[in-house]
Amino acid sequence: MATQQIFSPLPGIFYRKPAPDKPVYKNDGDVVVESDTIGLIEVMKSFNEVKAGAAGKIVRFLAENEDAVMAGQPIAEIDV
Amino acid sequence: MAIRKLLIANRGEIAVRIIRAARDLGIATVQVHSKADKDSLAVRLADEAVDIGPPQAAKSYLNQAAILAAAQSTGADAIHPGYGFLAENAEFAAAVEAAGMIFVGPTAQSIRLMGDKVAAREAAASAGVPTVPGSQGRLESAEAAFALVEKTGFPVMIKAAAGGGGRGIRIARSAEEFHHLMPQAQAEALAAFGDGGLYVEKLVEGARHIEVQVLGDGRDVIHCFERECSLQRRRQKVWEEAPSPSLTQAVREKLCTSAVALAKAVNYRGAGTLEYLYDDRTGEFYFLEMNTRIQVEHPVTEMVTGIDLVREMIRIAGGEPLRIRQDEVRVSGHSIEVRINAEDPARNFLPNPGTVNALGVPGGDGVRFDSMLYQGYTVPPFYDSLLGKLIVHDKDRPSAIRRLERALAELSVEGIFTTKPLHQALARDADVQAGRFHTAWLEPWLESHAAALATAQPPSAVKVAP
Repeated sequence: MATQQIFSPLPGIFYRKPAPDKPVYKNDGDVVVESDTIGLIEVMKSFNEVKAGAAGKIVRFLAENEDAVMAGQPIAEIDV
Repeated sequence: MAIRKLLIANRGEIAVRIIRAARDLGIATVQVHSKADKDSLAVRLADEAVDIGPPQAAKSYLNQAAILAAAQSTGADAIHPGYGFLAENAEFAAAVEAAGMIFVGPTAQSIRLMGDKVAAREAAASAGVPTVPGSQGRLESAEAAFALVEKTGFPVMIKAAAGGGGRGIRIARSAEEFHHLMPQAQAEALAAFGDGGLYVEKLVEGARHIEVQVLGDGRDVIHCFERECSLQRRRQKVWEEAPSPSLTQAVREKLCTSAVALAKAVNYRGAGTLEYLYDDRTGEFYFLEMNTRIQVEHPVTEMVTGIDLVREMIRIAGGEPLRIRQDEVRVSGHSIEVRINAEDPARNFLPNPGTVNALGVPGGDGVRFDSMLYQGYTVPPFYDSLLGKLIVHDKDRPSAIRRLERALAELSVEGIFTTKPLHQALARDADVQAGRFHTAWLEPWLESHAAALATAQPPSAVKVAP
């Protein structure tokens, strides 16, 4: 197992949930497939999904819900 | 009480616009800003700047306590809310006054009244202003709603009483669809706005969006004629003009008179806009809603009337009566505004923040560029995509369109994709040139012109961020 990072594809606000009153997409320790959505990036009022990009197990999130993030910033660690 | 120091509780191009108006009046300015906006043009131009919090609007530009504290610590005696953010928040307007300052806008009571779509329709009806056939008030039951739509006929729009900006709207084209959508709409309105109240309106298809600018001082109201904003994408205006190319003089007179009647009926103070749907096949117009703030597209009215709306609203807020009589307001020539957004028309209007490596600003007679840009500025990703507005004025509409093409050719924003190619294509379109459009015209046009737009802005012209 190697640990990789999942990077934010865009600059903006990072959300871990699809809506404020919904549960988070993924928790630390969750097993994911490549196409799983792990969060949203709000850029200029439009919402873009962030995919896991690889199959594996999420070690931990590096960005919190509603954090401002830059493009290329790591937002989670994943064991693949 | 004349205003001495004005705090601007907004950002972007409108903050710059307000600072300029204040400075023209000899008023000092305080610009509040989020951490993401510390290098903004508004911060550079203002006399003072105060950091009010993190990039997220909810923690900065919507943080009422932080804004009020900034006003108090700098000794500002008035707050201008711009548009969006807290501009139509009655609670904020009341809090500003309770703190002993002036809110540059209407009373909290006017904001509240016009912010409730049902109350606004009722106010319009009692001032004799036509509204779209539909429910006289909010509907609490699906049965009551159905009894009504059997009278108005289909298609109908189901709208949330507490909604706005096109949110919470559903269209039913048959009784079957209506019964299917009504419970959904009710549940969604309750979830989204905490208020399940709905109202129902007949959908006027192929209608134009026409709005009337008013100025009031709490006693008298004048209108500054109309704007047409029918070119919209996802209910966002992209191209606005004054006067409307589609109104006859007789309808114009009736429309503007109705707007003044409604604004007078609510003792309106400040700059406001009454939005209407206009059916140019029947000549009928219908009141939609009133926006109790300055609007993005206000410059086209300024260009054709010569009235500085932002300066007038600041003077009125300072306690001056209206200085312009209705018979002094005259329209001269034609003006068009196009919105220059950080969006790529070739990629479905993908938002596109980044650094402006080089900037070429159009100039010459009848050209105005209201923007937040400067060379080297990095557009942050946290707010809406409006970078600026290119506004032209000329003696008539065909000349204004030619001048728009000329000015667009002079505009260059290097480093980010913008909506400039969209406006160049629109300016060349035969229907746009003939004024043949309505609010549902642009979206299908975008689909049929996707190929042309895709090649309009070569990536080589833009340095794409890594």
